[in-house]
This record gives sequence, C-alpha cells and structure tokens, in this order.
Amino acid sequence: MENLIGLLVAVPLFGAALLLCGGRRLDGKGPYIGTVLAAASFGIGAVLFADMLGRGEHDRALHSTVFSWIPVGGFRADVAFQLDQLSMTFVLLITGVGTLIHIYSIGYMAHDERRRRFFGYLNLFLAAMLLLVLADNYLLLYVGWEGVGLASYLLIGFWQHKPSAATAAKKAFIVNRVGDVGLSIAIMLMFTTFGSFAFAPVLAEADRAGEGKLTAIGLMLLLAACGKSAQVPLQSWLGDAMEGPTPVSALIHAATMVTAGVYLITRSGAIFNAAPDAQTAVVTVGAVTLLFGAIVGCAKDDIKKALAGSTMSQIGYMILAAGLGPIGYVFAIMHLVTHGFFKAGLFLGAGSVMHSMNDEVDMRKYGGLRRYMPITFVTFGLGYLAIIGFPGLSGFWSKDKIIEAAFAKGGTEGWILGGAALLGAAITAYYMTRVMLLTFFGEKRWVPDENGNEPHPHESPGSMTFPMIVLAFGSVLAGGLFSLNDAFVKWLEPVTGHSHGHSPLSAAAVTGGTVVVLVIGVALAWAQYGRQPVPRTAPRGSLLTRAARRDLLQDDFNHVVLVQPGQYLTRGLVYVDHKLVDGVVNGTAASVGGLSGRLRKLQNGYARTYAVSMFGGTAVLIAATLLMRAV
Amino acid sequence: MSFPLLTVTAAVPALGAVATAAVPAAKRAAAKWVALAFSLATLVLAALVLVRFDPGGSRFQLTESHAWIKDFGVRYELGVDGIAVALIALTAVLIPFIILAGWHDADPLEEQRPNRRWRPTQGFFALILMVEAMVVISFEATDVFLFYIFFEAMLIPMYFLIGGFGDRAGERSEEETATQRSYAAVKFLLYNLAGGLIMLAAVVGLYAVTADDLGTGTFSLQEIVQSRAAGDLSFATSTERLLFLGFFFAFAVKAPLWPLHTWLPNAMGESTAPVAVLITAVVDKVGTFAMLRFCLQLFPEASKWATPVILVLALVSIIYGALLAVGQRDIKRLIAYASISHFGFIILGIFAMTTQGQSGATLYMVNHGISTAALMLVAGFLITRRGSRLIADYGGVQKVAPILAGTFLIGGLATLSLPGLAPFISEFLVLVGTFSRYPALGVIATVGIVLAALYVLVLYQRTMTGPVKAEVRSMPDLKARELIVVAPLIALLLFLGVYPKPLADIVNPAVDHTLSVVDEKDPKPDHPVDAGWFSYSPMHDGASGGAK
Repeated sequence: MENLIGLLVAVPLFGAALLLCGGRRLDGKGPYIGTVLAAASFGIGAVLFADMLGRGEHDRALHSTVFSWIPVGGFRADVAFQLDQLSMTFVLLITGVGTLIHIYSIGYMAHDERRRRFFGYLNLFLAAMLLLVLADNYLLLYVGWEGVGLASYLLIGFWQHKPSAATAAKKAFIVNRVGDVGLSIAIMLMFTTFGSFAFAPVLAEADRAGEGKLTAIGLMLLLAACGKSAQVPLQSWLGDAMEGPTPVSALIHAATMVTAGVYLITRSGAIFNAAPDAQTAVVTVGAVTLLFGAIVGCAKDDIKKALAGSTMSQIGYMILAAGLGPIGYVFAIMHLVTHGFFKAGLFLGAGSVMHSMNDEVDMRKYGGLRRYMPITFVTFGLGYLAIIGFPGLSGFWSKDKIIEAAFAKGGTEGWILGGAALLGAAITAYYMTRVMLLTFFGEKRWVPDENGNEPHPHESPGSMTFPMIVLAFGSVLAGGLFSLNDAFVKWLEPVTGHSHGHSPLSAAAVTGGTVVVLVIGVALAWAQYGRQPVPRTAPRGSLLTRAARRDLLQDDFNHVVLVQPGQYLTRGLVYVDHKLVDGVVNGTAASVGGLSGRLRKLQNGYARTYAVSMFGGTAVLIAATLLMRAV
Repeated sequence: MSFPLLTVTAAVPALGAVATAAVPAAKRAAAKWVALAFSLATLVLAALVLVRFDPGGSRFQLTESHAWIKDFGVRYELGVDGIAVALIALTAVLIPFIILAGWHDADPLEEQRPNRRWRPTQGFFALILMVEAMVVISFEATDVFLFYIFFEAMLIPMYFLIGGFGDRAGERSEEETATQRSYAAVKFLLYNLAGGLIMLAAVVGLYAVTADDLGTGTFSLQEIVQSRAAGDLSFATSTERLLFLGFFFAFAVKAPLWPLHTWLPNAMGESTAPVAVLITAVVDKVGTFAMLRFCLQLFPEASKWATPVILVLALVSIIYGALLAVGQRDIKRLIAYASISHFGFIILGIFAMTTQGQSGATLYMVNHGISTAALMLVAGFLITRRGSRLIADYGGVQKVAPILAGTFLIGGLATLSLPGLAPFISEFLVLVGTFSRYPALGVIATVGIVLAALYVLVLYQRTMTGPVKAEVRSMPDLKARELIVVAPLIALLLFLGVYPKPLADIVNPAVDHTLSVVDEKDPKPDHPVDAGWFSYSPMHDGASGGAK
C-alpha cells in the first residue's frame, strides 16, 4: 500500500511531462489523456481510502520513504510521504474535484488551440498539490507549495497575449514569494531549534522548545499561509488571478490551492497550540480577511471577482477556525471540504454563464438567465444556498460550527470573533443573493456589442453540466453526511485532536443567530436588486462602495508603500552603480597605481600603459612585503 | 608512476586549442568540429576523474607531484578534493555547450571571406579551449604558485574573447559597439590584473614566511597546512591578515563581490552570450573556489577575523545585485547583475563556516553555472534573432517561438531557485547554513528570494508575453542545434534538483575537511529531537497531533 502513495503523485506528474513535451501529435488527444490520468490518481486515492478505513482509527497513517534527498551534515531531508486522515481528506478532494474540472475543461477549452498545454499544466498542478499534502516534512512540502504556485502562475497567465493576464500571473507569483519567505524562515528556525523539519519529530516534541521560538515559527508559517491563501495582508493577488480560465479559478483559486494555508496551520497544530500569541495572530488574520473579502464581494460587478472576494472571505473562516486550536481544526477542514464542493460548483456555473454570454463577466449585463440555462441555474442555485448556510445544506453545517467555535474561544476575544463571524455570514448572504439576482433573475440586460454580436444564452454541453451536477450534490449533501454521528470529527480527531470549548451561547442560540442574519442579508439584497430594476451601469455609490470596488484600496496601498519606493530605489541604485561605485573603484585603482588624472585613457584602450604601471606598483608592493618581513 | 590523469585532463583542451588554431583559414568550419571534439574528449576525461575519485578516500586524490623551480620551492603539484572534482565536472560539461551555442558567433562577415589570413573562427574556439585548460588546472593545482600562474594567465585569452567578439551592433553604431567592447575588455583586464598583482605580493610574502620558519620556502598547500597543524609554522597575526587580504582581494574581484563587481556587467553585456557564460559560469568560479581552498586553509585565523566584513559585503551583493537586476533595460546586463546577487549567496555560504553553508556554496557554484548557462544561452539565441539586447524591443515571443520562450522560462525559474530545480537546494542550504550561525543575516538574505522572482518574471513578461511586436513576428523557434544545447542543461537542472545526493556525497567530505582546518563546528540545535526519529517507522499514535 505504501508504494501507492508515490504513484499518486507520479501519475499526474507523468501526465504533465507527456503533455508538455509531447508535441503537436498529442494536441487532439491531450485533454483526454490528462483527464484519464487525473481520474486514475483519484482511483488510487480511493483504493488507499478503502484500505485506510479497514484499519483502526489510530492505525491509519501510512509512511513511505522513497529516497534520501539532501543529506548535508546534520541537515537531512528525505523524499518521503505520509498519508494520514488529514492528507487523505485532501487527496480525495484534490483528485475528485480535480477530475471533475478536467472533464469540465474538455468542453470549456474545446476551441482553444493550446488546450494540450492547458491540460499539461492542470496535471502539473495536481501533482504539486498532492506532493504538498503528502510530504512528511516541511521542506518537501515547500516543493509542492511552490510547485502549485508555478502551476497557478502558468494557468493565470495561460492567455499570455493579454497583458492583463501576464501581469496578474506575475503578481500572484511575487506576492506568494513573500509568503514563501515565511515558510523558508520557519523551516530554518525548526532546523536550528530541533535539528529536524520532518513533521513527526518536530510536532511530537514541539513543546520542548520555548514559547518564544514556537511563536516565531508560528508567525512565519502564518505569513506563508497568508500568501498562498490570499489572507490580509497578502491578499491582493487573488482578484487579479481571475484572469485565468474559469476552470482554473474553480480548481486552484477556490477549491484546492488557496486552502493550502489552512492545511499548513492545521498540520502544524502542535506548534500553534503551544504558541497562544501566534494563534491570536491567526484568528485576527482570519477575522479581518473574512470581513475584507465579504465587503469586496459586495461591490464587484464582475461575477468572477465577486466570487473571488467570497473565496477570500470563506478561507478567512477556515483560518479563523484553525487559529482557535483544537476546538476549530476539524471544522476548518470540514468547511474547507464543503467549500471545495460549493465554490467549485459556483465557479463552474459562472464559467457556464460566461461561456454562453460571449465571455461577458459583468453581471449588470446578465439578467433573467434562469430561463435559458436551467441546469446551470439549479446547480448554481444549490451552491448559492449552500454557501449562505441555508439550513440543511453543506455550508450550514460547517460554517455554523465555526461560528460556534469562535464564541467558544471564550472571553472578549470569543465575543469579537464570534461577532465578526456572524457579521460575515450576514454579508455573505447579501452578496451571494446579489450575484444570484443579478445573474438569473430580473429582466435581460444584455445588448449587442460594438460588432453587433448579441449573446444567445444557451445551456452548456454535457461535459460541462455533468461536473456541475456532481458538485451540486456535494454542496447539498456533504455537510449533512459529515455531521451524521459526528463522522468527520471522529475521522480527523486522531490527527488534529479535538476539544469542545465553553461557549457562552448554546448551540441552538448560535444556529438561531446565523439563520436570523442569513434572512437579514438575503432581504437586504432583495430589496436592492430584486424589488427594483438593476441599472446597466453601476451607480456612483457611497465612499465605502467605491473603495470596495477598488478592493478596499489594496493595490493603491501597495503601490504607494512598496512599488513606488522600490522603483525609486532601483533607479537610484542604477545611477549610483554607474556613477559612484564604478567611479570610486576606478578612481581608487587609478590613484593607487599613481595614474590619477589619466583615467580617461582607460576608455581609449591604453591597456599597456596601465599594465606596466601596475606591474611597477606591484614590484614596490612586493619589495615592501619582503622588507617588512626582514625587519 | 601511475597515469597522470589530472595533467592529461588539463592538457587535452590545451592541445585542442593549438589544433584548432592550426586549422587552415580556408577550412574554418572544420575548426569548430575540432574544438568540439577536444571539448568532448575533455568531458570524457573529467568523467574519468569523477569515477576514479573516491569520496570516502584521502583528502587529495589522483595527486601528481614534481619539483619545478627548485630554488623557490615551486612544485608542479596537482590533486583534487570533492569540491574540485565537482567544479572540473561543471567546466567540462559546460564547454561543449558553449562551443555549440557559439557555433556561428565567429563566422566571418561576407566581406571578410576572401581574406585568406582572416581566421576569427579558429581564434574564437581556440581561445575558449585555452580558457578551459587554464580553469581546469587552476582547480587541480595544490601548489599556490602554480595556481597563481594559471589564475593570471587566464586573463589573456579572456581579454581577447571579450574584446574581439561581440554581438552585432543592433541599435548602436558599429563604431560605438567596438568602443564599448574594448572598454569592457580593458576594464575586465585591469580589474583582474590589479587583483592578481596584489595577490602576487601576498604569494611572495607567503614564501618569505615559510622560508623563515621552515628553512626552505614552499608553496605547497598541504605542506603549509600540515606544518601549521604541527606547530612548525606560525604566522604573526598581522602578517597572516595582510596575506589573507592579498589573496582575498584577487578572488573577490574575480568572484565578483560588491563593490568590485562593476567590470562584470560590462564584460557580460558586450561579449557574446557563450563568452558571457564562460565568464560567469566558469571563470568566476575559480574565485569562489580559491576562497574555499586557499583563503580558508592557508589563513584560517585571518579568515575568521575578516568574516564579519565579508558576510556584510556578501549580503550587500545579494540585495544590491538583485535590485540592480530589477532596474536593467538590457537583457544581458540583467543576467550579469543577477549573477552578482548569486555570487553574494556563494560567498555568504563559504564564510558562514557551517557544513550546510559551504556544501551549499559548492553546489551553488555548480548549479549557478548550469542555470545561468541555460538562461544566458537562450537569451543569446533570442538576441541573435532580433539583433538587440534591449528588453523593450521584445514582446509576445512565446506566441511565435513557444519552445524558445519555454526554455527561457525554465532557465529563469532555475535562476529564481524554484524548488524542484537544482539551484533551490544550494540556495536553501546556504540560507540555512547562514541562519544557523547568524540568524539575522539569514533572514535578510531571504529578501534576495523575493527580488529574484521580480527580476526574472518581469524579464519574462516584457519579452515573452503580451501582444506580438512587429519585429518579432517572423522570429523562428529554436533550431535543432540550439535545442541540443538547452535540453541537456534543463535535464541536468531537473536531475540535480530531484536527486542531488551523488553530488552532495562527493562535496561533503571536502567541506568537512575544510571546516576542520578552520576549526569550526556546526552550531547545535537548541532542543535536538531524539535521534531515534531519524530512523522512525510509520507513526501510529498522533504522529502529527500533540493536540490532545
């Protein structure tokens, strides 16, 4: 069984190599090859899952060392895998949703001449993401971590001829690199603290290091998580990442890659549990981001950017839960999985809409689409109900638990976090209802474009609707199934640990509260976008609305604080290097050689004069050396 | 006497240079093949060195030792340790690719063809082989004077390669190009000559010291190290420091270390891409190699004395080089500044005085050689097609030449040390090796990681993506010869990224030995985990928990 773990990574990696190096011969078959290999890795994952279920709950982890990777002195890194319940959960999510999105892409990318490469990149992503969750040490995780970043870079910039796509791809990579620095430093700290950075020893013996060290490690891991999971302050890349093809947004920038930060924190639970200050930082980041993303989501007219804001916000919930410690880890992961279903479904639905609307993304130019695309409408609608937490659907179960856990944190902190989470739930209900109403309800608002092409909305082909239907089932059922007999808690508890906090509010009160804020949010959105016709161009809006449209000024902030000073600095240095450093060194050399004043000749190529003078100088130097020795 | 493998490995390219130069003017095409054949023969010999070298064996292997200039104690003494073996292998691997990449760089122009005495092609390839021979013997020499001779002699063929051959004028006038080129060549020569001459003074000083203490002067590295260990030889503190500075200055110019770096962008910018690779990937490595071999082992106390200043200069190099790379408008100068940043990492690793730092630095030398070769040679192919080095003259290349763009991206990703490719491993080892002794320096150095992403991806974005520029529209994709150059380099980057162990195993013992001469030990972890974990079996109970 252990050997299958490596195969899980190898299969999609082989697919990527085949498709990217295969040449034109594979252009036609490429999408199918890629999809079959993705499905094969899902199959392997299923076999491993069945095997794991056959063993007792404390006997489920598998370990396999493939080879010694970097052995230098006390520094030992292996290529080794660890498959426990937490990794398994991710494996199934990644390969399952991944396969569905491969299938969807067959239809969605059917007319793109570079689709072979697209599927190659998708397979590369799967391999890297699986490596990330299967690694048994932080350095190998780092390889997967940057590997998914590379796949994300390649896929955001897939339509490279569009300057906006190329810029967005670069931005995503560079912002993520800032986070990666956090991961590097965390690994270095682990090495100097423990002499190891493998999960098993570091996490088992974490308590032995002082709280200060653990806090530092925790904060660095949080920095890494902020980059990959688009959390404040490294959130600015996610909105722009929507430049990528929509299946990419669904898989990478909603369901899987962006949740890697949640994995990292949950995996490192032992470190955070012993570092309360780091945990406080985590919950703060989570709470701030869940509101930040939700507010941005309210103001966007671009359907994908509204969903991107939502993704940021939902991951904020997960990070918040992970920061709560053992009362939250399980629910962070549970929400991660249910979110994987409904957010992937929502993005695929958005893609389906765009597909039939000539790639129009402005929701103000949609309207009444439910009549034209019934399957998209129903599946998107179920995803919508799931994300706002409609009682009984997936999001209800997982989000409700997070809100409850936030209150259970106790004290003022608990009230603040719980309040933020509740407020976020209300805003979620508002902006998602807005998306729903703008897209599927009301009057049709589209008009012919400047070339006279009028969109003719139609339902998408079966290869696209099938994954949407499957994900809709997940959106409806997953949460309920997971909560049956606390199945999910029992499944993960051996790995993450679990404890119940002492909530000042009863579970029923929290549930009641979430339903109330849900109704308020929906009602507000209906009052604004359902009851009255929607203008085709956005009204000016309040100061907050305008700021939210500009992503709460994140780019303006980065521009003023980082980009502009950076540009001045590099320009200044280029000048300094040319005029000053070069000049001073040349000048010093010249004067030492007794040649000052004739520097200009250097440029005219009087090399011999210089060489001779230098030899002369050296002779003096040598004489001095010997003389000094003699004295 | 056993077969003098090391001498032969250095002599074959030297013979090749003579043979190449001797090819008649009319048959200049044949000169290329002669040069390629000799470079491949050298590669075979280097492979033999690699195979015959026993990582677990004695300090220097395959040694040769003959008296040379008796009166001055100069010996013809060769020997390799793991570090030297790795760098000889790097050199031998890169030269055939450099020759292949520069296949047409020295073709005479139409109007020069009738001139039967005009033999630039022969000269170009002969000079490359000459450099190879001198670099190889520099890596082999264990006699300081022998090393010094070739360290200096290398400048002559390099001077002619930089000054005599360059890219076509492009946007500048023919005359201006020639002026810029000769300026770059002279600057290269003078900087390195100055370094070398100061070193010469120190070399003579070293002789004087050994002559005083041992009765007969010697330049033998091993003899000096052993005599010091035995207490027969001792340096006065100030003497050792002065001698150290003399050596270090020369190596810091060659490496190059800030603020002695300004010759490199000129030299790399004005020479053809293969020569630029020769400079930064091969010749400059002699500088960092010599820091490890000579500075640290001849003058361990002075090395430790100078460490703080050198570490700071290395750190400045890392960040300064990267920032300047971000600000460049010329593709080749950008890569040159990136190299300055990378040399900063190498020197940081060497002087962090930890096994991770120095093994990382040695692997860095190898990996940087391969990655820069990949990036620079593809950049050269690009520049040859368009006739311009300016980034702004390109755009949308990936649309018309996807393979060229793809290989350029991989070279770039290697330059920014993407995990999975070889440079990541060396960069991380350098960082962790530095961090374990100097946490603050290790953290500051990570700024270089972010800046590398910036200059590489901005370069890629501006040249390769976006709308296709009119001048780029008819650009052909990589030809077979060019693909033969790039594909193996990329394969090597992947292989050494996934499985660096064979190389690390060769380098580690040499590094351990160097550190034992310097008398430095790795810092111990604060709370070492139980050694049992390193051979642990699958954990069943809460392997990653602790949350209960």
